[in-house]
Amino acid sequence: MTIEELEQIAKSVALENAKYDYEVNVCLDLACASQGADKLREALVAAADASGKKVLVRRTGCMGPCSSGPLVRVDPDETLYRHVSNTNADAIVASLGGAPVAELQCDLNEHFDLQTRVVLENAGHIDPEKIDDYISRDGYKALLTALAEMTPNGVVHRITESGLRGRGGGGYPTGLKWGTVAKAGGDLKYVVCNGDEGDPGAFMDRSVMEGDPHRVIEGMAIAAYAVGASKGFIYVRAEYPVAVARLTSALRDARRPGLLGSNISGTTFNFDIEIRLGAGAFVCGEETALIASIEGRRGTPKPRPPYPAVSGLWGKPTLINNVETYANIAPIVRNGGKWFAGMGSERSKGTKVFALTGKITNTGLVEVPMGIKLREIIEVIGGGVPGGHTFKAVQTGGPSGGCIPAELLDLGVSYDALLAAGSIMGSGGMIVMDDTSCMVNVAKFFIEFCMTESCGKCIPCRAGTAQMHTLLTRICEGSATMDDLELLEELCSTVKEASLCGLGQTAPNPVLSTLKYFRNEYIEHILHQRCPAGVCKIETPVADQPAVEVLA
Amino acid sequence: MSEAVDVKTLQINGHEVSALRGQTILQVARENDIDIPTLCHLDGLSDVGACRLCLVEIKGSNKLLPACVATVYEGMEVTTDTERLQKHRKTILELLFAERNHICSVCVSNGHCELQSLAQQEGVTHVRFPYRNPELTVDASHERFTVDHNRCVLCTRCVRVCAEVEGAHVWDVMGRGINSTIITDLNDNWGESSCTRCGKCVQVCPTGALFDKSKIGSDHPKYPDFLPYLNEMREAQ
Repeated sequence: MTIEELEQIAKSVALENAKYDYEVNVCLDLACASQGADKLREALVAAADASGKKVLVRRTGCMGPCSSGPLVRVDPDETLYRHVSNTNADAIVASLGGAPVAELQCDLNEHFDLQTRVVLENAGHIDPEKIDDYISRDGYKALLTALAEMTPNGVVHRITESGLRGRGGGGYPTGLKWGTVAKAGGDLKYVVCNGDEGDPGAFMDRSVMEGDPHRVIEGMAIAAYAVGASKGFIYVRAEYPVAVARLTSALRDARRPGLLGSNISGTTFNFDIEIRLGAGAFVCGEETALIASIEGRRGTPKPRPPYPAVSGLWGKPTLINNVETYANIAPIVRNGGKWFAGMGSERSKGTKVFALTGKITNTGLVEVPMGIKLREIIEVIGGGVPGGHTFKAVQTGGPSGGCIPAELLDLGVSYDALLAAGSIMGSGGMIVMDDTSCMVNVAKFFIEFCMTESCGKCIPCRAGTAQMHTLLTRICEGSATMDDLELLEELCSTVKEASLCGLGQTAPNPVLSTLKYFRNEYIEHILHQRCPAGVCKIETPVADQPAVEVLA
Repeated sequence: MSEAVDVKTLQINGHEVSALRGQTILQVARENDIDIPTLCHLDGLSDVGACRLCLVEIKGSNKLLPACVATVYEGMEVTTDTERLQKHRKTILELLFAERNHICSVCVSNGHCELQSLAQQEGVTHVRFPYRNPELTVDASHERFTVDHNRCVLCTRCVRVCAEVEGAHVWDVMGRGINSTIITDLNDNWGESSCTRCGKCVQVCPTGALFDKSKIGSDHPKYPDFLPYLNEMREAQ
């Protein structure tokens, strides 16, 4: 396939779409689908057919504000409807060409105005199962341009220039990683996509894989060309069956016109991708454990160095990036590194997708430029805390991250700023908590997660997280002493410094950050047997109970 | 300079030492009689860096490195016994003692146990953590050996020696995190497994988790020193 052929396809899609006067986009991402978006789409198709209007009903990936689902957007007016059910289908079709259905319409301008969409540029605009839809929005143009006009080094240079950093959590400079793999010797190299998204409350990667699978494939193909790899693996957790199905059909659709396979676009570049399913272990998101899992072994991490860039899959140089990192590649190659570097803050470039969950009005996916204040994300984009409650903290980075309190809400979101605040960027989960959350209980929840997800290989993580959980349970039950608190802090330092992999090294973060900002809650539990948020059930100590008269 | 004489010089605890390229910090330290405590490491087996007792500090880096897998480089300055390291080692040993049911007085390995020796050496006088007292099984189905999971520290030496040296791969690890256990075959009884009865796993086990039935009630020292010798002889062939 050539660029001319791509343009031909794009043109024919545009011609096809021009036959319709209206486009009704129905979000069929998991959140909307679970609320009956499938039936809604059928009803819309039936209503459109009956009305005689020229209407294209299209299913799309995630539009963002999941809590308002099922969502329907009518183009070209860009009217957004929320909480639509199949009984509303006739009204929506009838309104086409006239005034929109007022009671369903939602005004989320503030929600969208502060966002910049790079990774999610196609989400809500294309049918994820139609490769032509993707091509019509400049899909695969970056790959073919790179193959036709750029050297592998040129691609690496462009990525370096963009300042893109790994979106999986660590924030390692992507260009530097690509350069290392490109320089590694050997004729067999691998490209791996980490789609083992496992943080509680995070669903960015799932939405990208489900809503725009070709974007990930294109990013991986460009990466393979840049580093000299011929084989790729997408490691997806099996809990994402829709993502697996969409990726599988996307791979098939990409192979058919020769966008994957041998001699891509008439060049000597060969590349194909296989899907590997994770079996539900959080630790397999750690790159060395992921490699072990792809190789068919027990998913446990290995000490680094050697880094996968030098010795990875089956001992060969391997490039591992996260789904969102790959999703950024095509736009960077298309628009140039400087364009990307123009967005974001000093040392964190571009945009970041966050999954907003918890006690927040607009739950869902947002994509914001780096450097944006947390306050803007939570109060403006997220619509603030509902139900008249007050904001208490936001947890970023999942179980490896920390809780950021209200006084730090003016923090600009970047890798370094979040790290300095005792949290991490992580993969992009953002859990908002209000005054009904007990911070000790929150810390206990995350430690319990780390304890059950620890692989058990190294002692600090295996036994340390279990002991931390015991100590935190004591505090929550009101049976702990100040010595226990001291012991907990000491244990945090050993688990953090001595653990083998990232899981253990970051496991104490939720405890350390809540101790830093909400220490009084811990003390309240220990000294006064009281849970300030009223979450923990603490039985009144025996001594405080009125003496029971014993009748002799 | 040719490849053959690629010698690195480095400092360990202030002493100038020399090493060959590719050697680990632990190898160089032991060659120079500098002690670094280890538990999962055993001469003759591959290293996994799991017990974290051999962590050392490197000047210029805040990260602690496991000496058993970290290789030397020119001008490296290693410290093996700082207060920070000693604190972590003590905590790790305490965690091990609290994790399962280590009762020295009734153990076959009392007096020959690596965990016991490490605790003495590192000055672990008491355990601050609550004992977990898990209910664990003892598998005595094998005609010669017994596995007592109460005493296992999950160092995986048995797993490695069985797979790498004996080539049988009878042992493996099952479960996750605190619930991990070593198993034979697909969690079958040891006596009904594909075990070759070579006994190497018993000799490499650092505690009394794996023991010889004939030694119950008597002294049960273990002799893992055959491994490097065996490997050398095999390579020589």
